[in-house]
Amino acid sequence: MTKFSLLDHELVPKHEIMSEGELKSVLSKYSIEKEQLPKIKVHDPVIKEIGATVGEVVKIAKKSHTAGEADYYRLVIE
Amino acid sequence: MSISETTIESMTKDLPLPSNIMKGLRNEALNAGVSKKEMEEIIEQVMEEYEESCIEPCDAAGVVAAQSIGEPGTQMTMRTFHYAGVAEINVTLGLPRLIEIVDARKIPSTPMMTIALSKENAEDFAYNREKTRALAWEIEATRIDHIADVTTDLSQMKLIVDMHEKAMEGRNITIEQIKEKFSEELNVMVSISPDIDNQIIITPNEPSYRELLQLAKNIHNVTLKGIEGIKRVVVRKEGEEYTLYTEGSALRDVLQFEGVDRTRTSTNNINEIYEVLGVEAARNSIIKEATDTLREQGLTVDIRHIMLVSDLMTCDGEVKQIGRHGISGEKASVFARAAFEVTVSHLLDAGMRGDVDQLKGVSENIIVGQPIRMGTGDVHLVSRKKNDKIEFEDECGV
Repeated sequence: MTKFSLLDHELVPKHEIMSEGELKSVLSKYSIEKEQLPKIKVHDPVIKEIGATVGEVVKIAKKSHTAGEADYYRLVIE
Repeated sequence: MSISETTIESMTKDLPLPSNIMKGLRNEALNAGVSKKEMEEIIEQVMEEYEESCIEPCDAAGVVAAQSIGEPGTQMTMRTFHYAGVAEINVTLGLPRLIEIVDARKIPSTPMMTIALSKENAEDFAYNREKTRALAWEIEATRIDHIADVTTDLSQMKLIVDMHEKAMEGRNITIEQIKEKFSEELNVMVSISPDIDNQIIITPNEPSYRELLQLAKNIHNVTLKGIEGIKRVVVRKEGEEYTLYTEGSALRDVLQFEGVDRTRTSTNNINEIYEVLGVEAARNSIIKEATDTLREQGLTVDIRHIMLVSDLMTCDGEVKQIGRHGISGEKASVFARAAFEVTVSHLLDAGMRGDVDQLKGVSENIIVGQPIRMGTGDVHLVSRKKNDKIEFEDECGV
């Protein structure tokens, strides 16, 4: 049975690991610390698939019902 | 003279607008063919309108959301079972379903799946009734009562299982497979009757009545074929495409089948979605299930309120319920928790631990009779002294 990518499922938005620089600009834009972001578990199936590690931040391009597309950020935690 | 697409883009690219407004603005400006001066005016008006529509800082978004969902909730029917447009499949709807969603129940009272089928070519499952039917039998859990009559022979101390040939054929299962399955699951002597066609004889390990009766009971719980937990599968044709609806839910197992479109198959069990597809999918599923439940009752609730609720439920990386064991139970303030449920035990525990209440939230400030820190109550005065050094009026300001 071929393995399929969870990211292809219609309920799963695009997740990608953020680079340091990108993260910095986002944090300074909202003037918050990394720990204040929403969280995502490291054993979340999607995090396992993209291979993010604890402490990294993933950027999620949500299809929003109100804004068309909106970026959302989650900090990977234990 | 109208301006070009690139000019419009460079004029709008730094605006803090959501993507769909931005897209609309650009397209409209391009189609209408505006001049630079007109464009500037349009942008100014759009920004003004946008800022007016934005929520004010310190606004009580949560309270507004709670009321906006709560009030229509009072108009919902208390007890509804409805055949949600799907042949014969019973789904909990109305208030009980809404409560189920915000309580983040592990298993909903009526789990149900929608299995989309692959449609890569014209012969694929979604367009082929025979293939779809066969897949449905593969998925549906087959038990012995579906395909046979079981009689207990007390004098001979054995169970006699008479198979229905047609039913076996329909479900594409052979007598050998059934025999295998029974000896594997029940750990007893199973033999195919040599004299009578389509008959299986099961003898208990010990010739006692207790064993025999126990066996007669257990035999009905064995899943001979298909996925345990999927009680029924219904095939429906929607437009050109066949879709399967199931009573019972097992997302992870169903996704393994060939012919299932893994990108569109879904369940109404939010916890299962969280486990298989992750927290973001669970968030989307909460929004979808809650809006569908409300819409089915003819109630329209702005999606922003439901989005706020689902964001709150999933912001810690797991699906938390709104209630004692979730959002309300995790509040930092002792008073806020005590105001919600089980007042005395919260106060007592806090007293024993020597907890400190920072009085930062709304409920605790109402309890002690202070202005709440919302709206104008959250604004602090900053005074500029003579030497031009900014000092805050009190330490908790900003």
